Amino acid sequence: MTKVKCAIIGPGNIGTDLLYKLLRSDVLEPVWMVGVDPTSEGLARAKELGLKTTDQGVDGLVPHVLEDGVQIAFDATSAYVHADNSRKLNALGVLMIDLTPAAIGPLCVPPVNLARLAGEKVMNVNMVTCAGQATIPMVNAVSRVQPVDYAEIIATVASLSIGPGTRKNIDEFTRTTSNAVAKVGGAGRGKAIVVVNPAEPPLMMRDTVYCETADEPDREAITDSVHAMIKEVQKYVPGYRLKNGPTFDGRKVAIFLEVEGLGDFLPKYAGNLDIMTAAGARTAEMFAREILDGTITLTPIPAEEAA
Amino acid sequence: MTTLYSQVAGKNVKLHDMSLRDGMHSMRHQIPVDKMVAIAKGLDAAGVPLIQVTHGDGLGGSSLNYGRGLHTDEEYLRAVVPEMKNAVISVLHVPGIGTLDELRMAADCGAGCVHVATHCTEADVSEQHIGLGRELGLDTVGFLMMAHMTPPEALVEQALLMESYGAETIYCVDSAGYMLPDEVTNRITLLRDALKDETGIGFHGHHNLGMGVANSLAAIAAGATRIDGSAAGFGAGAGNTPLEVFAAVLERMDVKTGVDTFALMDVAEDLVLPMMPKPPRADRDSLTLGYAGVYSTFLYNAKQFAEKYGVPARDILVELGRKRMIGGQEDMIEDTALTMARERGLIGHNSTSKVDA
Repeated sequence: MTKVKCAIIGPGNIGTDLLYKLLRSDVLEPVWMVGVDPTSEGLARAKELGLKTTDQGVDGLVPHVLEDGVQIAFDATSAYVHADNSRKLNALGVLMIDLTPAAIGPLCVPPVNLARLAGEKVMNVNMVTCAGQATIPMVNAVSRVQPVDYAEIIATVASLSIGPGTRKNIDEFTRTTSNAVAKVGGAGRGKAIVVVNPAEPPLMMRDTVYCETADEPDREAITDSVHAMIKEVQKYVPGYRLKNGPTFDGRKVAIFLEVEGLGDFLPKYAGNLDIMTAAGARTAEMFAREILDGTITLTPIPAEEAA
Repeated sequence: MTTLYSQVAGKNVKLHDMSLRDGMHSMRHQIPVDKMVAIAKGLDAAGVPLIQVTHGDGLGGSSLNYGRGLHTDEEYLRAVVPEMKNAVISVLHVPGIGTLDELRMAADCGAGCVHVATHCTEADVSEQHIGLGRELGLDTVGFLMMAHMTPPEALVEQALLMESYGAETIYCVDSAGYMLPDEVTNRITLLRDALKDETGIGFHGHHNLGMGVANSLAAIAAGATRIDGSAAGFGAGAGNTPLEVFAAVLERMDVKTGVDTFALMDVAEDLVLPMMPKPPRADRDSLTLGYAGVYSTFLYNAKQFAEKYGVPARDILVELGRKRMIGGQEDMIEDTALTMARERGLIGHNSTSKVDA
C-alpha cells in the first residue's frame, strides 16, 4: 500500500524515538533524517535503518524533496530554527509537524482538536509541549462537561528526560503550555508549572490537572468524561494512566496522572518525550490518511507569503 | 584550638529577612498588605538590609497548587517598596513557576534583589532568569534548594553554572532543615574554594532540627557573608533561623551586621508574633521534615490531606521523602495521601478512582 513519505529534522532523542514510531506506521514512511552534525549518532542510526541522511540541515534536504516525494516533515530541533525550516519546506508543499515550542501554526492536541485541524487547510501544526500533551486532554475532559474558569497543570519530569534546549528555554516552555491549557483545553485562564526531579532511579512523568469550574462541578459527568478521555489518549500512548482522582473540593477538580513511555528509543520513565512523539506521529497519520484518500491536497506556500 | 569565635569575629555579614516570603507559607499566603508594610518598615528601621516580599513560592506562586495569595505580588511590592528608607526589597523567583514577565514586573515595582531558585541539581534551568536579573540591574542570587540531596562536590558544579550565568551570590539552601553544622561547613568551604573571590556565598536554613542558628554560624565560619532568617522564625516547617536570636548571637560573637538587635526583637515580638496562627515549633510533623529531609512547605498540605483522608501527616511526609519528592511538587501530597489511604483500606477502591491501571 502507498504511504506518505516523511522527513525528520533533528536526529536527537525526540527525532530518533519518532523514527521508530514512524517505521511501524501503515500510512507513513520515513525517508529522510536531517541533522547538522556529521558525527551525530542519530544520523548514523537513521542511515542504518535505511533512511537518506544529510548533515547540512534543512538546506541539505530541500533539493531532494520533490524527487523523493516528501510530503510531511517533523521538526524536532528548536524554536529558533523552526520558522526558517518551516518556510523552506512549506514552499515546496510539505506539511510541517512542529515538535518545538515555536508555535507558528495552530496548536494540536490530538484527542481534542486534531479532527478539526485536519479538516482545515493548515500547512503547519504545533504539538505544544510534552506537558501540554499530557494535561490538555484532561482540561478538555472537564471543560466539555461544563465551563472551566481556570485550569492549572503541574508537570514533573525526570531530570534525565529533559534536554539542554528545554532547560535553556524553560520560560517559553512554561508560557507556551499555559497558553495552550487555556486555548486548546478550553479554560478561561491557564497556568502551567514545570518541575524537574533528579531522583534515581528516574521518576516516571507525573502530571496533575486542577480545574476550577464556573459552577458546582457535576461529579459524575466529569468522572465519566475523564475516564473516556483517558481511553482516547491510551490509543496512542498506552502508558497514559489515571493514578488518582478526579477529586472534588468546592469548585476545584483535581486529576492525577502518570505517563509511562513505550520505550521505543527513550527509557520508559520518559513518558514526556513519548507522548510528544506519539502525538506527532498520530497527527501526521491523520493528515496522511486524508492525503492518501484525496480529502486534502497540500498546497505550496510561496516563501514570501509564509510567516 | 580553633574556636568558632575566632573564625567569625570581625566579619561583616548581611542579614536577609524571610518573614514576609517564607512566613507567607505559615499564613497560607494570606498576610494583609498593611501588616506586610508595618513589618517591613519595622525591619527597615531595625537596620535589616534585605527583606524578601513575595508569595511563599515566589513570583507567580499564587495558584491552586501552592495556595492563592491574599494579594498579588505586584500589590505587595507596590505597597512595601516606597516605604523603605534603607532596606532593599528582594523577591523569590523559581523558574518553572514564575515567568520572565513576572520578574520584569518585580523590577518595575522597585525590587532590588532576586533569589533565582532551582533544585540543587537543576541549575541549568536558571540561565534565562539569572541573565534577566542581571540585565534588570538586580542584585542577582543563585539559590540552590534542598542542598542536602546532592553530594557537596556536585553542589559546587551547580554553583559554578549559576556563577557562569551571572549570579553574584550563590546560596546553599537547607530547605528541609535537615543539615547538621558539619554538612554546612563542608558545602560552604567547597563553594568558597571553587567560586570567584567576588562571588558571595549565602546560607538559608530551616529550624526543623533546631539547627538554624548553629548552621548559620557554621556557614559564616566557612566563608558565607549572607544569612537568611526570619523575624520570630516565621517560615515554613518549624520556621527559618530566628533572625533576632541570630542577631543577638552574632553581636556576642563580634560579627558586624549593622542590625539593632533590640529593635529587631521588638519587630518579632510586637508585629510578627501576634500575626501568627501559632508560633513555629518543631512539632512532630515539622521535626519529621528535618529528620527525613523533606521540603519544609510540604507541611501544610500534608496536614490538610491527613485530615481529609485519615492518613497521619507524618506518614505522608515520610513517604514523600522516600519517593524523593522535591520543592514544587505539592500536587503529589494529595496524590500520595490518596494512594496511602486506599492501601490502608481507609477509602474504597472506587470511591475516588474508577480505574487504576
